[in-house]
Amino acid sequence: MPLELTREEEAALDGKQGETLAMAYRILVAIGKATGADRLIPVEWAHLSGVNYNTIGDAGEEFLSHLSGDARFRIRTTVNPMGFDSDSVGRFGLDDEFVEKQQSIRRSYEKMGAIPSFSCIPYEIFEMPKMGTQVSFAESNAAIYANSVSSLRTNKESALSALASAITGKSPYSDLRGEEGRRPGLCIRMKVEEADELAYGMLGYFAGKDAGSSVAISGTDGFDRRSCKSLCAGMGTSGSCGMFTLGEEGGERVDFGKEEMEDVRDELSTAESGDIITLGSPQLGLGEVSDLVARLKGRSFRKRCMIFCPRAIQGQVRSLGYEGELARAGGEVLYDCCTCLTPLVDKKDVDSVTTNSVKGAYYLRTSNGVGVNLKSLRQIVEDETA
Amino acid sequence: MNVKVIVRGRARGTVICARHPLNFLGGIDKKTGRVRDEKHDLFGRSVGGKILVFPNGVGSSVGAYTIYSLRYNKAAPLAMVCLHADITTASGCAISNIPLVVAGREDYESLRDGQEVLVDAVDGKVL
Repeated sequence: MPLELTREEEAALDGKQGETLAMAYRILVAIGKATGADRLIPVEWAHLSGVNYNTIGDAGEEFLSHLSGDARFRIRTTVNPMGFDSDSVGRFGLDDEFVEKQQSIRRSYEKMGAIPSFSCIPYEIFEMPKMGTQVSFAESNAAIYANSVSSLRTNKESALSALASAITGKSPYSDLRGEEGRRPGLCIRMKVEEADELAYGMLGYFAGKDAGSSVAISGTDGFDRRSCKSLCAGMGTSGSCGMFTLGEEGGERVDFGKEEMEDVRDELSTAESGDIITLGSPQLGLGEVSDLVARLKGRSFRKRCMIFCPRAIQGQVRSLGYEGELARAGGEVLYDCCTCLTPLVDKKDVDSVTTNSVKGAYYLRTSNGVGVNLKSLRQIVEDETA
Repeated sequence: MNVKVIVRGRARGTVICARHPLNFLGGIDKKTGRVRDEKHDLFGRSVGGKILVFPNGVGSSVGAYTIYSLRYNKAAPLAMVCLHADITTASGCAISNIPLVVAGREDYESLRDGQEVLVDAVDGKVL
């Protein structure tokens, strides 16, 4: 069925309400055609990626600066992490131009009306709308989490399609937005015993490669929030899948056992050890920070350890004494930024990084160009502290 | 061959064929258009100034900005032909005015690396 627009939408697409809205509608029409939508529908919340200067570069910075001249977000809009924590940026060797361009991007988003959340885990720091609410989430782990755990409805949006939703308040009705598209087409059976969050992250990475828009996952004993975050991030990295359901359903069945897990590990873990440690991607929430503090039990990291968190939990991290305890152990808590596409890890200074993040591992290798030593949080504390 | 038009436009050029899906962010250098994921079959080659034929985009949602950056840095493909147009690729092409079409599987598989084609993303043809 062809995409049909209302008269108002047609007029906006034709530029009758200015170039900004016309551009936003051009994006919605393109993704509507790509996904076979027949109409646009209202969405209530947009979560944008494309905030880190390291990823969007000069082209993105100039585009957003120009756009913020007249674009205003019509719906609640939150944003992904940026490149650094303004409070500690002086400790890292970023040049002035990077800092200035990043602040320009921050200003552009704030001017358009974004809530300055700088977090890839909106599902942990904001109250969730009621079940079935249509949203537009660009951050892939957040989109998968929203669909699979929070019962919201979003496609795995792109930075620009979510931006178009923020400007228009709309998105094409297709794929995971309807009942039909949410039915899993493939079932992955977890066969790894005593799976930890890293095993679930690798399962996500494995599933993402083969799954269509929705996948069923079975055999998930001991599946907790951390495993879930890790799975969402792994899945979002490797494929285009935007949702999972728990339990055995769907058509074809594929086992994820030790052998499959080792193949994923071989692909992502390229170094025997790391010069530094990064924890997060997705950012650590309060529960994970608390758990990390409990595991440390007075031990200290043997090397630099960066711990990425959303600013929204900073008050609690401080008041509960976690920040002091992590500092004592040699950990640096960084807010507003994350491992993924970080400019804070430079191959001029480090050859390899130890991380607990499957998503971080992929981008540290491909984007930062460093070796990666992938380990679970428990293993990192065991091996890297004394 | 007849194709479905996602983003309108016309371009003539040389085909570069990828077997694997592309993660634009991380997978392609936004300044040069060179594929830098060493596990990708196009590793080391540039997509700039070519007709990029690939199954679909995967991974990061920020890949849409990578496509825009490629255009800004004059390193973008002239047009793209996909098997499934994903949201990242479609939105990136829409904002960068890069013609994008979807081909049926048989037609898609008949396209060869190095072949000269005209992508007519107005009338929906690749010739």
